[in-house]
Amino acid sequence: MRSVCLYFQVHQPFRLRTYRFFNIGQDHYYYDDYQNRHIIRRVAEKCYLPANRMMLQLINEFGKAFKVSYSISGTALDQFAQYVPEVIDSFRQLAATGCVEFISETEYHSLASLGNEQEFIRQVELHSQRIEKLFGQKPQTFRNSELIYSDTIGETVANLGFHTILTEGAKHVLGWKSPNYIYCNNLNPKLRVLLRNFNLSDDLSFRFSEQRWSEWPLTAEKFVGWLNASDPHEEVVNLFMDYETIGEHQWKETGIFDFFYHLPSTLFTKSNFTFATPEELYQRLQPMAAINVPYAISWADEERDLTAWKGNELQTEALSKLYSLSGSISKCKDPVILRDWGYLQSSNHFYYMSTKWFSAGEVHKHFNPYSSPYDAFINYMNAISDFAIRVEDSLASPDSGSERKEAVKPVKAGKKTSAVKIKTVKKTAKPGAPAEKKKAAKTETAPKAVKSAKTKAAVKETKAAKAVQAVKEKKTPRAKATVKETKPAKAALAVKEKKAVKPATEVKAKKLSTVKTVEKAKKAPKSGSASKKA
Amino acid sequence: MKVLMFGWEFPPHITGGLGTACFGLTKGLAKHGVEVIFVVPKSFGDESQEGFRLINASDIELDFTQTLTREFREKISYMEVGSNLVPYLDPEEFERWYTEEVAGKKTETHSVFNRKYQFSGKYGANLMEEVSRYALVALSVANNFQYDVIHAHDWLTYAAGIAAKQISGKPLVVHVHATEFDRSGENVNQVVYDIERNGMEAADRVITVSNFTRQIVIERYGIPAEKVFTVHNAVEPVDKPETEDVTKHVKEKIVTFLGRVTYQKGPDYFVEAAHKVLQRDPNVRFVMAGSGDLLNRMIRRVAQLKMGTRFHFTGFLAGAEVDRMFAMSDVYVMPSVSEPFGISPLEAMRTNVPVVISKQSGVAEVLQHALKVDFWDIDALADAIYGILHYDGLRKMFAKYGKSEVDSLLWENAALKVLEVYNNATGHSN
Repeated sequence: MRSVCLYFQVHQPFRLRTYRFFNIGQDHYYYDDYQNRHIIRRVAEKCYLPANRMMLQLINEFGKAFKVSYSISGTALDQFAQYVPEVIDSFRQLAATGCVEFISETEYHSLASLGNEQEFIRQVELHSQRIEKLFGQKPQTFRNSELIYSDTIGETVANLGFHTILTEGAKHVLGWKSPNYIYCNNLNPKLRVLLRNFNLSDDLSFRFSEQRWSEWPLTAEKFVGWLNASDPHEEVVNLFMDYETIGEHQWKETGIFDFFYHLPSTLFTKSNFTFATPEELYQRLQPMAAINVPYAISWADEERDLTAWKGNELQTEALSKLYSLSGSISKCKDPVILRDWGYLQSSNHFYYMSTKWFSAGEVHKHFNPYSSPYDAFINYMNAISDFAIRVEDSLASPDSGSERKEAVKPVKAGKKTSAVKIKTVKKTAKPGAPAEKKKAAKTETAPKAVKSAKTKAAVKETKAAKAVQAVKEKKTPRAKATVKETKPAKAALAVKEKKAVKPATEVKAKKLSTVKTVEKAKKAPKSGSASKKA
Repeated sequence: MKVLMFGWEFPPHITGGLGTACFGLTKGLAKHGVEVIFVVPKSFGDESQEGFRLINASDIELDFTQTLTREFREKISYMEVGSNLVPYLDPEEFERWYTEEVAGKKTETHSVFNRKYQFSGKYGANLMEEVSRYALVALSVANNFQYDVIHAHDWLTYAAGIAAKQISGKPLVVHVHATEFDRSGENVNQVVYDIERNGMEAADRVITVSNFTRQIVIERYGIPAEKVFTVHNAVEPVDKPETEDVTKHVKEKIVTFLGRVTYQKGPDYFVEAAHKVLQRDPNVRFVMAGSGDLLNRMIRRVAQLKMGTRFHFTGFLAGAEVDRMFAMSDVYVMPSVSEPFGISPLEAMRTNVPVVISKQSGVAEVLQHALKVDFWDIDALADAIYGILHYDGLRKMFAKYGKSEVDSLLWENAALKVLEVYNNATGHSN
């Protein structure tokens, strides 16, 4: 029984807004809310939602025979929760069928595996727990960002208890070997290694709509024909690709949906292949051999190496600046700082700095918000410079965290969402919360949207101080969750997560807010000095 | 292939812009076996003569001849025509210049960046008369030589090109190095504009130095897109020994603007960006090198922003001073509002100085290892400057790739494209 292992990667980074050097030390919000919202909504509409519907339909049609696996990065989940919570719903529906395996990765789709093992492990555990909470299955399979893999990364992953890891079937690693077998890690043979069949995968993700391609148009029949033509002893064909292939990289008009819709029926009628998830393969098959990967590989470009993220001086400097903060971060408790620490690690930021596309072209440009790698670098370095200051500050005086300053920042989407925010404030307030406190919170947030940053700062500080005082009197820190939501985006998140009724995410959101509340209580008394600064 | 080419300056009388380009182009063409008869206007002290004479490049006393290859000498004929033509002047300016300078005495401003090369002469106080006279001269030149195609550089020579075309029936190619919109913004001189448009309309093919200029030619002059071709300028490779020891007497990093201080070079954006950078990092010095009609306004603005101790004006620089300025610079900025090509960033890059250039420049189309911003985006400009000064990765990248990128822009390749245009115009297939 031969198998097709269909795995899709779902990821969106938090793209940075234009962050100038004169924002350093003054403005601590780095994300382009507008763009992120716009992109995630567009991709949800063109890909995630219709593709999920199609997958569900296929599962319903073929019972247990059709199987598919996903990994969804934490940053994508955060954005779904904020902007299109229905995507999470639809993934949960898929999870409920039992035909879908959810795979673990680093929470922030980061490159931590390349330089910071501790941070890597932290992110993997974070993500695994989150997936388990969301989808009710503990991930047994792991895929690293960009399918980056080496013997030692595999060993670390094995030690975390995973059964299987996915990576690229890179030619220079395989040599004469075929990717269509199960392999195991060179250092710890317990860990299975599944290798991407890049020819067949890229036929779909890159070449599908390419009219100059000799195989165009590609139909399910033709594709199954290729599968049949492969060596009958081979056990599995791993088709790994971005989920965005369906509907975004390849538009609906190219027939990509039709292709995937007809793939299972064609496969069942015209071949002896079946579908399998990585975990099933683990249960069913034995590895053929160990695979030797002393130097890290990835699924990018012709070289299948790390040069798309670590290939030039810009990337090297940015990465070293970022990870030079690890030591300080490990002592840091501020949840906002930790969130930014994560978001700033997404591999995409470094990909945007790649100068490879000067010659290579198209692929690197996809979704790239910058017109040049130099712009990407400067913007990132500005943001990370500010972040470094915040980390230092928070360690120097644990009382005055970044959150206070952040409260002062001009909020982009402020005007639009302020109404929502006030609502949230009401909702999240505990029933027992005293009325005047709610009021304090409301008045505090309301003028923000209208007034200039400076006045805002002043107003804010005094009000915040008052609010805190009120809280202190009552000594119910939880009630001050009201004060905490400084960012409309976050407010929206709270609202939406509530609406979406995801017990898991809600719990998380609440936990976060409680922590922040406590932080806030600590910080507020310092606000006197802060307003002077402002 | 033999070309009759109308220009207005040739080494050693080069101003950096057009003369250098023509020189590079003819050399490049020679490499591809194209013969060039090059006609330039030049006025002599003794103007009562016939009006033009023919000089073979090998007999004139030009210091560049020693460096020329035999091949080049064989291919290029060089001609001078007595004329008062002055590049980059509009008629009013010409008149002012004529009364101030020429009527008084002979002057010859020689600079790399002010792009004004002034010929001295005694008659033809009216620029349009000069243009017509040049055209007349062109007629006799055109009549006396054999060639396959006529190539005219910029508006002052268009009339000559048209005349030559009429008398010979050979195809005309006009080469647009700048348009009236680049020189005057929106306040175009109608007469100049008309001459430009007539030239482009009469031409069989139009060559522009950038897509930026090509767009202007198509949109503002109404020239059909299919006859307009972009051939980016190139640069002569130089084997300058690494710049001689230039001692920098200040410890701060230096950010340089070098060019005419006029509207189209965007000096005001440079001043405002400097202010933004200095607010955050006072340990930087800004230099504005050059002169022009906006200079006093810039000085006042710098004073107003209270950054006089960090912002310096050098006045006009030439020759070795320019090299020294580059050698001292840590960042070179060209915030031009409208720049058909813009060769100066390439010179900076050759001395390993990172550059920030405006997207409204032709050179931005050929450079990848440069920071590009919209000229009006002061924030972005300031950010780019700050980035180069503070983030080492940029300096490393530019040092590694900048010079080689510039050195790869060869006239040979540009000339090949020009040759294609010739073939296209003459109906040859090659």
